[in-house]
Amino acid sequence: MSRKLLLEKEHIAGIRGYEVYRREGGYRSVEKALKMAPADIVEEVKRSGLRGRGGAGFPTGMKWSFLAKPEGVARYLVCNADESEPGTFKDRYLMEFIPHLLIEGMIVSSFALGSNVSYIYIRGEYAWITDILENAIEEAKQNGWLGKNILGTGFDCEIYLQRGAGAYICGEETALIESLEGKRGNPRIKPPFPAVKGLWDCPTVVNNVETLAAIVPIINEGAEAYAKIGVGKSTGTKLMSACGNINKPGIYEIDMTISVEEFIYSDEYCGGIPNGKKLKACIPGGSSVPILPANLLLTTAKGDKRLMNYESLADGGFATGSMMGSGGFIVLDEDQCIVRNTMTLARFYHHESCGQCSPCREGTGWMERILKKIDNGRGEMKDIDLLWDIQRKIEGNTICPLGDAAAWPVAAAIRHFRDEFEWHVLNPDECLKRNYGLAHYADPVHVPVMA
Amino acid sequence: MKRYPEGKHKSALLPVLHMAQEEFGGWLDTPVMDYVATLLRIEPIEVYEVASFYSMYNLKPVGKYLFEVCQTGPCMINGSDDIISYIKSKLNIGIGETTPDGLFTLKTVECLGACGYAPMMQLGKTYREHLTKEKVDAIIDECRAKAN
Repeated sequence: MSRKLLLEKEHIAGIRGYEVYRREGGYRSVEKALKMAPADIVEEVKRSGLRGRGGAGFPTGMKWSFLAKPEGVARYLVCNADESEPGTFKDRYLMEFIPHLLIEGMIVSSFALGSNVSYIYIRGEYAWITDILENAIEEAKQNGWLGKNILGTGFDCEIYLQRGAGAYICGEETALIESLEGKRGNPRIKPPFPAVKGLWDCPTVVNNVETLAAIVPIINEGAEAYAKIGVGKSTGTKLMSACGNINKPGIYEIDMTISVEEFIYSDEYCGGIPNGKKLKACIPGGSSVPILPANLLLTTAKGDKRLMNYESLADGGFATGSMMGSGGFIVLDEDQCIVRNTMTLARFYHHESCGQCSPCREGTGWMERILKKIDNGRGEMKDIDLLWDIQRKIEGNTICPLGDAAAWPVAAAIRHFRDEFEWHVLNPDECLKRNYGLAHYADPVHVPVMA
Repeated sequence: MKRYPEGKHKSALLPVLHMAQEEFGGWLDTPVMDYVATLLRIEPIEVYEVASFYSMYNLKPVGKYLFEVCQTGPCMINGSDDIISYIKSKLNIGIGETTPDGLFTLKTVECLGACGYAPMMQLGKTYREHLTKEKVDAIIDECRAKAN
């Protein structure tokens, strides 16, 4: 059984409230951190190997160390709670059931970064969670963890909540900052990076909910102890949101040493696939990461067991691998249609494109229309090549990564499931009545190894 | 306003629009947006461009109960298409339409972060998850009862 650091106390009754949370050791990390030098906390986080849990996996300590510290200018910490990547619902769980863990992590992080006013930007649809967090902030304040002169150290800190209003793009950090300034969520051109010029042109760090929560065990247990859990550059634990065709959808905290196979089939996690169906494909890290057929999901092209961590999920690059992303694990069984699934994702990215860059604004719409056409049995062979061409022209040609996020699922679907697309084109009537099925997607894989 | 530094009151725009929408019948009419602009001492266009960008702001009237049903991948895998069709036939409206009695509007939305509890919809401040036809019936009855 995986060691739990974030959800260890999730089952304790009343853990959502301050009294129980504190009794169970909550806010210890604030007591410890406020006696440390802020620079030492940044070092500690660096040594822990913690990587951003929002999707990009960038080392958190390094991100913190980039923060500019000009004299007399305010610095801001902003928590990215705009969780919107299809397949991902872990931050919601954490905030809903252990809200004080986020507040605690934010106080320590605010101290380390020198932020006296920090914000939580939460997606607008999580309206009831906003109430839970407001309540937790109020409790923390009443008990002296927020406000002026915290624990007599002279450190002042306030945390404010801001609700978004339904825009996936605001999960991109510069779009989030724009939105927090009361504007449309149009990403900014980088550089300058938020670490230099962020919220109201001040140096700003934007971190995901899970990342900030992970600061608590890092401070409590120390960077070395944290780094010992996991493997390689995948240190600590990761929250996975599991959904799709599995027996036990939900949130699982894993220590990144278990195999993908164990994660899907073990009763401790997803509990296998319902109704005795077979595994066809999986999107292991949120909708934007490449979809993999069953064979490449469970085993890498080299023939190794694939593990649930950053390196192993990415093994083989985009040719035969995928990404850890945000940890949104979407399982598709043999009855699922890859074309239709890809169409819903293309529709999603088309809807969520902010419209600033032409390749994304126009390209996502084209992809959606072509995929709809193929899904409806009206596709032509040349549409598949056109689709491939469009995604190639979006990727890398936009201000923010939404373009890439829209291109990758389409590219991977064609790369691994081209024959299913072709079957739709060749069987326009039949494809409306039934799905392509499992086909050869679970067969042992033979990938030529380049010399 | 005291949540933001001096002179940065424009940041209050999104929260104020949420409040305005709740206060004025679930949607943002032009006079309402103009009023918000006056309140925040910004140009009306700054309000319009924001209101039209974010999908939670309704720029057309909606029914008393807004069914926002998720249709993205993970929900689709779990049968959201059937739920949407069922609501359409049960209420006899299309997507984006409101029932003649002004009670219900059906809207399809993209991923709401409830993928493990699919299919689902948002109704007001809450999520209704693991939807089935029976649950949809119950929700409709519940809304009708509340409206009476």
